[in-house]
Amino acid sequence: MNRVIAILAALAACAVVRLDAQRGANPGGPPIDLTGYWVSIVTQDWRWRMVTPAKGDYLGIPINADAKKVADAWDPAKDEAAGEQCKSYGAPALMSVPGRLHITWQDNRTLKIDTDAGTQTRVVHIGEYQAPAGTARSWQGVSLGQWQTPRGNVPTQLRPAPRSAGAEPPAGPRGGSLKVVTTNLRAGYLRKNGVPYSANAVLTEYWDIYTRPNGEEWLTITTQVDDPQYLREPRLIAIPFKKEPNGAKWDPTPCSARW
Amino acid sequence: MTSTGRARPSGRVGGTRLAVLLGAIALSVVPMFAEVDFTGTWSKKSQNDNGNAREQVDFLGMPLSADGRAKALSYNIASLSATERQCQMYPPFYAFVGPFSLQITSELDPITQKLVAWKIAGWIDRDVTTIYMDGRPRPSEYAPHSHGGFTLGQWEGDALTAVTTHFKLGDMKRHRAFSSDRATLTYRFYRHGDLLSLTGILEDPVYLAEPYVLTEMFKLDPTANLLPLTACEPIEELPSLHENPGLVPHYLPGKNPFVNEAVGHYNIPLEAVLGGPETMYPEYRKKLKDAYVMPPPCKEGCGGPPAPPAGRGAPPAPPAGRGAAPR
Repeated sequence: MNRVIAILAALAACAVVRLDAQRGANPGGPPIDLTGYWVSIVTQDWRWRMVTPAKGDYLGIPINADAKKVADAWDPAKDEAAGEQCKSYGAPALMSVPGRLHITWQDNRTLKIDTDAGTQTRVVHIGEYQAPAGTARSWQGVSLGQWQTPRGNVPTQLRPAPRSAGAEPPAGPRGGSLKVVTTNLRAGYLRKNGVPYSANAVLTEYWDIYTRPNGEEWLTITTQVDDPQYLREPRLIAIPFKKEPNGAKWDPTPCSARW
Repeated sequence: MTSTGRARPSGRVGGTRLAVLLGAIALSVVPMFAEVDFTGTWSKKSQNDNGNAREQVDFLGMPLSADGRAKALSYNIASLSATERQCQMYPPFYAFVGPFSLQITSELDPITQKLVAWKIAGWIDRDVTTIYMDGRPRPSEYAPHSHGGFTLGQWEGDALTAVTTHFKLGDMKRHRAFSSDRATLTYRFYRHGDLLSLTGILEDPVYLAEPYVLTEMFKLDPTANLLPLTACEPIEELPSLHENPGLVPHYLPGKNPFVNEAVGHYNIPLEAVLGGPETMYPEYRKKLKDAYVMPPPCKEGCGGPPAPPAGRGAPPAPPAGRGAAPR
């Protein structure tokens, strides 16, 4: 009897080990590796991103009447005079600015995202984090990150039907995503031509990676900006990036209010 | 021995303990699927310009090959009036560039209740996309192509990857540029709560020099407007085509009359308007910086908040007609 129990227990243990292996080598660590250099692929909204669009061109952004007033009063010379050339490089807009990201770990709970466009740095605090009292509002705000990993208990109707009894079982869970919520922002522009977001805007992002069979790695940043002060409904876009092997094309450029 | 102290026949494992152990094993060895449910009606958000170009020649950011550009520039939208082309439907990529919502259902195996396929319902002029999840073999390279193509899906954690092949030539930017029947579309579905984020990677050895990547956002919305796939009935629309049924409206090389339209509207150099792989990378901005002059303030097609209703602040007009109060 004891032998039977021992065998069964060993089988169960093996199975648990297998599941941990499926989850990844580091069950408590990041489920995806975001580090490295990533380049914007500007196939969408080209005429609003690659060049500074005409004043009053708000197409695609669900602004309200108050936002329109602000956008219609856009004056890049005033922004320059006020030292606010970075208003279109705040977190709600930064990932849309054509450029490259360099993502590194600042420490084991803090992800750092540098951009060459505007030479900005976003800092994402993973897990529990409380910003110090009195933290000043900034272009990049305070970002809290949370890994979202695949769940284990899945109903039958979502499990692929095998074609035959001998079919290879599908791969176990891989991946996951990083959810980032950013607040404490300084008011800025969603688009270079002065379409505004307010200081009370909340940016929610989901960072997802796709590794293709040919080895290419793609990053999609699903982005939601909630700003009842200036938006009729949330701004919803997803921004694609492609991984680069190194920083050879890294090209830091300062913020510009006009270009 | 149990806590009751009752003796158990030698050589038998306690039923409860055995059941627990077997249960533990069964649960543990089930592959750790991590899938999410995509069924439902997903309202398209369309806050990008995937399908919004106003100008007939606007290939901004499209990694067209020389052949792709030539094909796009030869296109005359009047060709859709030719009877044999009126029912030319959109390819699967139209999920990204078309205006409609997604209705996704699942097809389950009737015996095991496991997932055989996801189905994205067709629209007026886009075929159903069936994403087979059961690992069935892909058709031969020489198999007939359909409007919807053939799609295999695979879970990767909570993300769904689907690859479509065997679809016909069709739009990759609405009425502007085209993919060939050798193209492949890879979808990546990410669900985050009530948001569905869709990334599409279109590859085409004929008309693209690099993959064309678009994203689109959808929101779960049971009230979304759906336009079902309907039968298409071709009719003769243009007298010129009636007189000459062999005519295919087109533009000869160098003769497209709309080639400078976007240049005029946005001051963007023609080289950029005509697309090409280099135009989608950030360093291309350096080429533009000295050539670009910001156009005058936008006057048309600028977006913005909806105009307030007429008579704002006035009491609503009384209902007219049946049931209305007598005046």
